[in-house]
Amino acid sequence: MQFKLDRRVHYSKRMLIATPVIAIALAVLVSSVLLVLLQKPVLLTFHSFFIAPFENFYSITEIFLKFGPLLLIAQALAVGFRAKVWNIGAEGQMIIGAITASAVPVYLVDSTSALLLPAMLILGALGGMGWAAIAAYLKTRFNANEILVTLMLSSIALQILYYLLLGPWKDPMGFNFPQTVMFQDEALFPALFEGVRLNTSIFIPIIFTIGIWLFMEKHFGGFKLVVGGLAPNAATYAGFSSKKAVWSSLLLAGFAAGIAGMSEIAGPIGQLQRSVTSGYGYSAIIVAYLGALNPIGIIFAAFFLAVLQIGGDVALVSADLPISAVHVFQGLLLIFYLATYTFVNYRLRIIRPLTHSNTKPTP
Amino acid sequence: MSAAYPNTDLTMPTDQSRALLSLRNITKQYPTVIANDRVNLDVMPSSIHAILGENGAGKSTLMKLAYGLVEPDAGEIYWQGKQVDLPNTAAARKLGIGMVFQHFSLFETLSVVENISLTMRGNRQTLSKQIREIGERYKLDVNPEASVHSLSVGERQRVEIIRCLMQDLKLLILDEPTSVLPPQHINSLFDALRKLRDNHVAILYISHKLEEIRELCDTATILRAGQVTGTVNPNEKTAKELATLMVGHDVPSIQGQHPKKTSETPFLKLSSLSVESHDPFGTSLSNINLDVHGGEIVGIAGVSGNGQQELSRIISGEVINKQLLPNAINIMDQPAGHLNPAARRLLGFSFVPEERLGRGAVPPMPLSKNALLTAFEKGMLNIGFLKNDTINKYTEKCIEEFDVRCAGPSATANSLSGGNLQKYIVGRELMLAPKLLFVAQPTWGVDIGAATAIRQRLLDLRESGVAILIVSEELEELFEITDRLHVINGGTLSPSLKTSELTPNDIGEYMIGNHQSSIERSGVNHAV
Repeated sequence: MQFKLDRRVHYSKRMLIATPVIAIALAVLVSSVLLVLLQKPVLLTFHSFFIAPFENFYSITEIFLKFGPLLLIAQALAVGFRAKVWNIGAEGQMIIGAITASAVPVYLVDSTSALLLPAMLILGALGGMGWAAIAAYLKTRFNANEILVTLMLSSIALQILYYLLLGPWKDPMGFNFPQTVMFQDEALFPALFEGVRLNTSIFIPIIFTIGIWLFMEKHFGGFKLVVGGLAPNAATYAGFSSKKAVWSSLLLAGFAAGIAGMSEIAGPIGQLQRSVTSGYGYSAIIVAYLGALNPIGIIFAAFFLAVLQIGGDVALVSADLPISAVHVFQGLLLIFYLATYTFVNYRLRIIRPLTHSNTKPTP
Repeated sequence: MSAAYPNTDLTMPTDQSRALLSLRNITKQYPTVIANDRVNLDVMPSSIHAILGENGAGKSTLMKLAYGLVEPDAGEIYWQGKQVDLPNTAAARKLGIGMVFQHFSLFETLSVVENISLTMRGNRQTLSKQIREIGERYKLDVNPEASVHSLSVGERQRVEIIRCLMQDLKLLILDEPTSVLPPQHINSLFDALRKLRDNHVAILYISHKLEEIRELCDTATILRAGQVTGTVNPNEKTAKELATLMVGHDVPSIQGQHPKKTSETPFLKLSSLSVESHDPFGTSLSNINLDVHGGEIVGIAGVSGNGQQELSRIISGEVINKQLLPNAINIMDQPAGHLNPAARRLLGFSFVPEERLGRGAVPPMPLSKNALLTAFEKGMLNIGFLKNDTINKYTEKCIEEFDVRCAGPSATANSLSGGNLQKYIVGRELMLAPKLLFVAQPTWGVDIGAATAIRQRLLDLRESGVAILIVSEELEELFEITDRLHVINGGTLSPSLKTSELTPNDIGEYMIGNHQSSIERSGVNHAV
């Protein structure tokens, strides 16, 4: 008996919807086995992952706090991925955005101007775009692989961050901790509700998502990018510039990641410190693919991953899981998703060997 | 697995006992089509057996089945009367079956003998000797030490055939072997094939060219839509009778009026256009001069790989060479060498490339989105946002006017047959109302019905004063519809030739560079 994958004539809509459900089920199944082997409580673990995050108002707002930057970056990355521009350095673009935005409160420690926040927003966006522009320039000018360039630029961005925090930007009153001063209230987004960390910056990703949806589904610019990704020769034939596609994809991602970085330092963190990104730049890649690169799908994916991260934090404490177990579960989820996604476009066929002796040929 | 099967079975046709290769009730189904539907075929020893059919009739699938590249869903294969399985090509080669594909599988940077030593045991000297011996015996001369990239297409084909002959070959399968050859080389290929037949090698010859099958083959099996519609002696049938078997109905003929007056200024003018190729195996274009006037059809003939690809991309604007002066390419009297394809379209230029999927159309996108690809200037955008009404109307009109058989504007490009997609792309470009139309391989892989319709369209377009440039490897097509011809060879263009004063042999001389003027042209070649 042989197995063969046949390409479907039309992709299967049913499979497309079933894919995340199957992936989650398989990931839960496999990690249950791992949990049993680790002698950890299985039910308590999944309770912490999927139920506990919704058990009180505060942790629901915490989900949305994670949801925001994931959504923002993933939407922008998905645009690039559909154009086959592989920017995996949103992490670095986010760090630089956080740094450039922090420059305002770091140098204007005493300012109480209402323009502080807008200035930080603009500087954060420009910082992210500038960092992404390096990769775009190297790609379009020297055909340097953007995967490598963006990845390496992320390492460089991290070193720049460390340098600033250990050197010129270190809070002089901060007991030598590698972090800047706490920013003044005027440099922070106002909280949405009393006593929670969720703030008004949550509206940025939501508006951005609407914009991306319009751009990709209704606008010629999105069409051009998708054509460039699906059939580069057809894009050249039509006269769509591949360089423009590289530039716009990377600048858009830099813009989104820069603002995400800014919203972190002007939001839950309130200062520039080493763990400014919480790995959002990398998680957003997972979100983009989990959402099938579709603006609507990405909303669900970002929410799901946010739940998973909050749930992971809970599980760390309540089920006494090691942090790596959380990462393993998240990794399993992505692997199973990608494997299951194959069946949206392909169909499994079982081939039995031909039996000769029984079939009489008819002339 | 290859269980012996009594070849006296009453249900078998009697021929099978003598046949070298027999296929019985072979069926192969792909997701969208049945490529072979209960096909029976008997190839006799020492015969040249043609498989004749239109593109998409299932010829290639059948050959791949016989060579072990594809396994049948049902049916049996017999080799010298015994049932066999051909799970892979190694099994086929072991039996003595060899195949030469349309696209050769030789390493260009290696020499002939090095290429052959990749698949054959023995040191290079013995192999060289064998290559020479086979070359002499079958008139397949080739220098074993030559690098493959320096060989002509005909010589490369010989290398492929020799490689098959190095094994104990009993059946040679050739897939459209003449499609890449200039007319002169076709005759020497046929001589070699006849010699092979007389030395007890059977040949399975796939083609859609009727005349050469009548000239060469002893038997022809005709396929239509996956089914055998007849097995005939091609010498006893006229080309028209064969075509009718192939198409299933009478083949329509096209008619064009005699060309009217052509425009005074050329709509396309290439002046001393030279472009060096950066690809070591690409072709540099040198000193190309070409005029196309409104109201005439100009053809570019030539064996593939002589610079057609490079020239097409330069004319279309898909490749913009920075060293080129803008007025090396003039479109509608405007310098256009620096313009991208979209800007050239605005001048009244329109282009149908030879690759339909992936270049002329985006495969997984619906036809409506594919209309947007080049027709977006036709009121399809409102400050950049798509106007779906206009897009769908344009698509529907194109589908109706050009008789595109499909499920509607939402059908994806890759769900259409080659002929229908070509009709759609040609239609899309014609609806742009171009003044200058450039078509590369207008009827490649297109069935006869669609090909006739497309050629008729081009003739009608000429009457309305459009300038048309055609690159084609099908000489018959060029003779049928062009007014003037150029032949491209090694990146240089022959002088303009009047089609009505030419014979295929004249063109052949230019194709292989044997013409008088080739001496000066090769001089230019070296200078570049």
